[in-house]
Amino acid sequence: MKRIGLFLLPLALFLFVTLFLLQGLYSDPRERESSLLERQVPAFTLPDVMDETTQYNAQVFQGQVTLLNVWGTWCVTCAIELPFLTQLKEQGVRIVGLYYEQDLDPDFGGKSLPQIQQSIRDKLSQLGDPYEFNIFDVSRDYSIDLGVTGAPETFLIDREGRIRLHHVGDLNPRIWEQKFLPLYQELMGP
Amino acid sequence: MRALMIVVLLLLPALAFAAEERYPFDDPAKRVLFVELTEELRCPKCQNQNIADSNAMVAEDLKRKVYQLVQEGQSKSEVVDYMKLRYGDFVYYQPPLNLITLSLWLLPLAFVLLAVVVLVKKRKRSKETNAHDLLAEAEEWLEKDK
Repeated sequence: MKRIGLFLLPLALFLFVTLFLLQGLYSDPRERESSLLERQVPAFTLPDVMDETTQYNAQVFQGQVTLLNVWGTWCVTCAIELPFLTQLKEQGVRIVGLYYEQDLDPDFGGKSLPQIQQSIRDKLSQLGDPYEFNIFDVSRDYSIDLGVTGAPETFLIDREGRIRLHHVGDLNPRIWEQKFLPLYQELMGP
Repeated sequence: MRALMIVVLLLLPALAFAAEERYPFDDPAKRVLFVELTEELRCPKCQNQNIADSNAMVAEDLKRKVYQLVQEGQSKSEVVDYMKLRYGDFVYYQPPLNLITLSLWLLPLAFVLLAVVVLVKKRKRSKETNAHDLLAEAEEWLEKDK
């Protein structure tokens, strides 16, 4: 009896450690629950990136299911997802952009606002324009409020303005079908 | 050449001073709090660095935010809560005690307990065998004396 125990104990330990390490191979350390899930979109008042005189607040998320896509023209992965986002828009998905620049300065950083606007126009005319409008996160404070770690990131917001999904990384057909579509259809209702 | 090196070396501390001036504080207690917080808050992007170490954009943003909150006079726990609200428990290097992290706290304790139990058992056993051996030896001597 004791012999068997001596033999089984290392075996059990070995299996335990193996399984533990094995699941580590397939786990994504970036993957974690956003702490904002099921909560209202944080309040904000920010200008449109193309037109400073237009101001937006959290009211823009009321009444419609929206994808909020965090991006910038300097971000390579954002450029890669633009064509797919444009496809989604053509299928009727409402997409709003949250735009931010890398350089931070009171006067819109190293780039002047007209320069930023020109680079956005260039990028969107080249790769497709999925956005209904783009909110300009001037000082990147709103990104912090949303728990954004970089670009691109995408939020799914329901009709009541609650955050239902927070995806870090690019949005591609596979991610859309597996992660977004079931919830999106549920939110859109019959 | 040598003179140039000396000049460069003498200028180095000035560089360090310039770096510190990026987040200037009038109140030394607030500076201490700022340094402490940036060392204990974790960068959400480069996950094994604190935000003081990391140069990721989000880490720079969080440093700026911590600076702003500390200047406003918020306490350490207020700043930590502010960050946790946005980036989850993950953002602070001290994990809270809850169901998910329970094993993190209990496993080391369990290991210590197990070690103590094994040690005590082993010691007992070796003592027992010692006594047994001694008895056998004594028996032998007695046998010889006969």
